[in-house]
Amino acid sequence: MNLEIPKKFNGVAQMATIAAKNIFRPISRKYDLEEHAYPKELDLLAAGLNGLNDGSEGAIGGASGKSDTNDANSSVKNGGNMANCINIQAMCYGDVGLLLSIPRQGLGNAAISAVANKEQKERFAEVWAAMAITEPNCGSDSSAITTTARKEGDEYVLNGEKIFVTAGERCNAVVVWATLDKSIGKAAIKSFVVEKGTPGMEVVRLEKKLGIKASDTAAIVFTECRVPAANLLGSPDIDVKKGFGGVMETFDNTRPFVASMANGVAEATLERTKELLKNEISLDYKTPINNVRAAEAELYRMEADYEAARLLTLKAAWMADNRIPNTLEASVCKAKAARTTNASALKCIELCGALGYSYKELIEKWARDSKILDIFEGTQQIQQLIIARRLLNKTSSELK
Amino acid sequence: MKNESKKSFWQKLPLDDYFVFYNKVLDAPIAQRLKLRELSEKFIYQGTKNGIKAGKSLGKIFQSSAKSPDRFSNKIPDDFFDLNYTDDQTLIQESVKEFAVALRAAAQEQDEKKEISDEIWNAYNDLQLAYLQTPEALGGLSNEKSITTQMLILETLAYGDLGQAYSLYSSNAVINALVEYGSEAQQTELIPEYFKEEKLYAGIAINELQPLFNPYQLTTTAIIEDEHFILNGTKTLIPFGKKCQYFLIAAQLENGDNQLFMVDADQDGVTITDSEAMGLKSAQLSDIILNNVRVHKSAQLGEAGGIDYHRFIQMAKLGWCALAVGACQAVLDYVISYANDRVAFGEPISNRQAVAFMIADMKIELDAMRILTQRAVAQAEQGIDFMRAAYLAHVCCSDKSMQIGSNGVQLLGGHGYIKDFPVERWYRDLRAVSIMYNSIHL
Repeated sequence: MNLEIPKKFNGVAQMATIAAKNIFRPISRKYDLEEHAYPKELDLLAAGLNGLNDGSEGAIGGASGKSDTNDANSSVKNGGNMANCINIQAMCYGDVGLLLSIPRQGLGNAAISAVANKEQKERFAEVWAAMAITEPNCGSDSSAITTTARKEGDEYVLNGEKIFVTAGERCNAVVVWATLDKSIGKAAIKSFVVEKGTPGMEVVRLEKKLGIKASDTAAIVFTECRVPAANLLGSPDIDVKKGFGGVMETFDNTRPFVASMANGVAEATLERTKELLKNEISLDYKTPINNVRAAEAELYRMEADYEAARLLTLKAAWMADNRIPNTLEASVCKAKAARTTNASALKCIELCGALGYSYKELIEKWARDSKILDIFEGTQQIQQLIIARRLLNKTSSELK
Repeated sequence: MKNESKKSFWQKLPLDDYFVFYNKVLDAPIAQRLKLRELSEKFIYQGTKNGIKAGKSLGKIFQSSAKSPDRFSNKIPDDFFDLNYTDDQTLIQESVKEFAVALRAAAQEQDEKKEISDEIWNAYNDLQLAYLQTPEALGGLSNEKSITTQMLILETLAYGDLGQAYSLYSSNAVINALVEYGSEAQQTELIPEYFKEEKLYAGIAINELQPLFNPYQLTTTAIIEDEHFILNGTKTLIPFGKKCQYFLIAAQLENGDNQLFMVDADQDGVTITDSEAMGLKSAQLSDIILNNVRVHKSAQLGEAGGIDYHRFIQMAKLGWCALAVGACQAVLDYVISYANDRVAFGEPISNRQAVAFMIADMKIELDAMRILTQRAVAQAEQGIDFMRAAYLAHVCCSDKSMQIGSNGVQLLGGHGYIKDFPVERWYRDLRAVSIMYNSIHL
């Protein structure tokens, strides 16, 4: 048993940390204030990242979710999922909104990586893909989506409206969830890659948000939008038995990534709060928690939560790398990381007082940014549903 | 110690005839599982060395020795994040789990009687766990440090019953301490006693009665007087206290340093009284009052200069974390089946989010407790600084184990409050996790 990060990931993690500190942090407040401005500094970073990805174990962002490397002389794999988690955390230690804006590293890329066939993976290797699931009248209940895909010859025709598409304006492709036949239910929901510029696809609005303002969040309308049949990800057959499984598989890979985003924010928040309080606390990791001052006890508890979330995230990624089904663990780490990061950031503002609340520090920004992490890729409550259904062996109609 | 990490421990058994071995261990369930029986005829029973040199009421005196104590070397793992247990560990866990079933079945009765039955004690002793924690040179079967194995054993015992586990493991905790810190004389004179038919029982006494107890600011004192320490103070809630032959007692020296001292139960100035608490009742709790107890300087745990007390405390806390994980898993498993069976308003109560989400939360926080404990244990096993990891694991286990224990009762409603169901006992037992340092040591 070993729960330390293997040395082979050190180099990549260090590079990501350097980028986080030297590229993200200096422009973090700037793009928080200039919502919808394109962070042009990231183009430079994206170019650098490609080089980094070529020679390393995994990509930064979601792009190489399922890839893994064979570790010689060992039956245990520490592969692409773990590398991604480590990198995402390091980058989000810099700024989570900017991480979400790095070209070609969208969650749509993770979806492609998770469920695309070989031909599709090659064809979409260079795209920057956003993920479009949510609709104006359906959020967590993604089985209720109304966007339709109608087969016509060797094309699908999409109609409907998608909202909350992260990087929806800046990306050059969108992975869209649409139903082949609304009457069949979940099994008929398929995902399609729609490239930007496809006639009938239009970005109609950018949202103004509480946080992650560096990241654009778009509403996209599809009107008789025709995509090649070959752009359907996974099997085109409607397998009622398998139901939602196909499209939901994506989340087993992406939830640990979102948990990693939260872990990065938590790391940043705790580090800065400790710096600001350093003359008030000793943090000797020795004195019983009830014998230290209240602020110090809070910091211990937050740090324990952070470490637990970080390790649970690595566990879920480790399982994915070793082809162990991880739906439960992916939800556990996402639920733990997102809720504790958000609660910690809010508590850190309190510990730092008016300084923490003010724009003089980034802590208030991290508290705003972190809220989304407990919402997107499945809210806290959706994670709890998934966990509870698994533990209690319930169907979605039994435990609603 | 030799380090042949790739082989499992029974493959590493030396077949030379000097090896001390008991037929008894070969009948133990674990040994059978590990196919030790096949090797049995190759071992020659040799008996143990001279017993403890103890003048009654004088306490132990350990002869100084030029030899070094036997210690496990650190376990150097492959450079992979890896949550797998070894095959041996899984086997040991399964064997202990069978015993834990018996613990669970007996738990309610033992809690009421405030004791552990001879049957349970005998079955526990038959597990012969001491062999798994002792180096070959000291009569054991183990070739490398395996704190993970000890964690698994504690977790599994507590899955059966935390109160009994606290008492049963006490002597094993002392062995862990002797192997890790004992002087050569302390090791060679005490450890073989644990392989005899008539077991030696011992405990570790750290807790004291004052509010906001801090194990680094003990009120029990050890004052040097010539060749002896004079101990004064009161220790509390020691498991199996009236049956133990000796204790490791934590006390503060005049220079403010804290150390542990071996005190015989029948020494002059030692009074052992019954003590009762909210939970852990089957552990037969006792207080120990020390009134000018003279302890020879050789009976201070460790070699000259004593031990790393901070590490000692963290290993106690990690042991309690392992117990908490096991007991909380018991709560979780129990409420899952209860909530699925219990019908209210025409359907199982687990169909309601208010119930189901509490159970999901238990799972999330139990996973957090477990993985923080695993990490600290893995660090300790590898010999890297685990103080921060152990502290954080204990912070998490302290808070979350009680939350899980409390919600366990809540989920059963009125049933949770009565003795027909185990959750009220878990509630009482789990309250101890954030408080206790005694008699559990990885």
